[in-house]
Amino acid sequence: MHPAFSVIFLTTLIGAGQGLFIALSLVESYAALRLLPEHGGHYYATGAGISLVLLVLGLFASFFHLGHPERAWRAAAQWRTSWLSREVIVLPALMGIVFLYGVIHLIGINPVLFTLPGNVAVPLSLLLALIGALVAIALYVTTAMIYACLRFLQEWHSPLTVANYTLLGLASGFTLAAAQAAFMAVELVHFLSVGAVVLTVLAFFSRVASLIRNARLKPKSTLQTATGIKHPNIVQKSQGFMGGSFNTREFFHGMSEMFVKSVKWIFLIGVFPIPLILLLTAIFSRGDVSTLLATAFVIQYLGLVAERWFFFAQARHPQNLYYQSVA
Amino acid sequence: MTQLALVIDLNVCVGCHACVTSCKEWNTSGGAGPLVDQRPYDEDPTGTFFNRVQTFEVGEFPNTETVHFPKSCLHCEEPPCVPVCPTGASYKRPEDGIVLVDYDKCIGCKYCSWACPYGVREIDESRKEMTKCTLCVDRIHNPTFEEADRLPACVKACPTNARLYGDIHDPNSVVSVAIREAGGYQLMPEWGTKPANHYLPRRKTRITIREEELERSDNPLKIDSKLPRPGRDEPSLDDVTSW
Repeated sequence: MHPAFSVIFLTTLIGAGQGLFIALSLVESYAALRLLPEHGGHYYATGAGISLVLLVLGLFASFFHLGHPERAWRAAAQWRTSWLSREVIVLPALMGIVFLYGVIHLIGINPVLFTLPGNVAVPLSLLLALIGALVAIALYVTTAMIYACLRFLQEWHSPLTVANYTLLGLASGFTLAAAQAAFMAVELVHFLSVGAVVLTVLAFFSRVASLIRNARLKPKSTLQTATGIKHPNIVQKSQGFMGGSFNTREFFHGMSEMFVKSVKWIFLIGVFPIPLILLLTAIFSRGDVSTLLATAFVIQYLGLVAERWFFFAQARHPQNLYYQSVA
Repeated sequence: MTQLALVIDLNVCVGCHACVTSCKEWNTSGGAGPLVDQRPYDEDPTGTFFNRVQTFEVGEFPNTETVHFPKSCLHCEEPPCVPVCPTGASYKRPEDGIVLVDYDKCIGCKYCSWACPYGVREIDESRKEMTKCTLCVDRIHNPTFEEADRLPACVKACPTNARLYGDIHDPNSVVSVAIREAGGYQLMPEWGTKPANHYLPRRKTRITIREEELERSDNPLKIDSKLPRPGRDEPSLDDVTSW
């Protein structure tokens, strides 16, 4: 497939935004359970603000993928059958929750709704944080299922796709949350950095598992099934036209094997070992780690852009069997 | 239930591209707007087509065979492109099984083209809407046309009658008979899309002749093979001179 940067930025930006919000909701839940110290509203409000900015930027990027962005509202119609439609519904829902959550913390109107046994007060913000975390998880699933549900794109048609989108998004979100904490709430840096390390390691296993799986895939469609001619030697002599077409542009990445392979190594190094080293350094150092963690997030994010590019480029669409030869 | 479809006879197709040009001509002048070409007279021309004829070489020299392979939307009975459409622009008509795009609802996200294993949907680069073969829905049901003209443009254009058109759910239609009797098959059956369009394979007329069909083993003349054979320089007049 031809990797579209609109979709690459959409999935990586909202992935980090969702992960950051889930990190915030985890911090607030732990604080409510008195496992972490309390924090001022401006910490949560800033976190929600950053998360919202990432979600909005992702949505903005996605519009560049559309031929008719002015009709985008129609995309909510087919939620019964289309994962894309489901994503189109869940993303604004999450944006609304993150916005409300940020506003509540910003203006400080945060009534306690009810109290759980053990004297755990549940304010409005905590309820919103928990609902938002669930919606964010749902958004990971809907985003990944857009790709995983296409059964003849065998590289994508796997539960590992959902695992990768979720874990990679969470990892980058937690790294970002750790960086934010280094600037605003130093006592959380350790907690969030450990979370980011755990999620990055999990994401590494899941992504490598999908790389191994995809390396062993055998395409189900062949020139024989595509044309119905039972002969081992079939060569295309003409695809029916001399110029390019949508089929030759949309489904081929047009890069050399070498380039694709180097992108793979760039993301394998950029997403996992470098951020891990930086995160571990931050965990074990005592001074100011804000620059360190900010660098970790930027490198991991750029690595994820490469990862998403590779994700698209690696998928071999069966229609390519019909477009092997120009003349 | 009606399922209109094309049956394409690879045994007859000569690869003349008449169906391609006829399709382009009809659909570019239709009510849905032109099938836009970009830079048609410049370098790197490109454009939208609903139908393409491809050419494959089967086998290795000297035992090769050229197969011309027309390819258009197969109007699947389980179209994978329809459920993925987020707006409902892509749909399958229940009355005749044609898969269509409602251009006014299309947001141009191209997701349906990703979901089609056959690569028969092409985005119109000017209108930014997904387009595809309509099975000439504006011809086949058109009451202003003569009955004989209510056929897809490609079918009307084919000089060798390699393109058959009809209802594959009617067991007596010309397409059903062709599929049944000439070994019609579907493309990429492994994905369970149940394409309505079928292809008829290359067929060669061969007769198998055994030795004894040419020369009877119980030929009495052969049994009496002890009879003297005529000399090489003697005149031979079949049975007459051999004794």
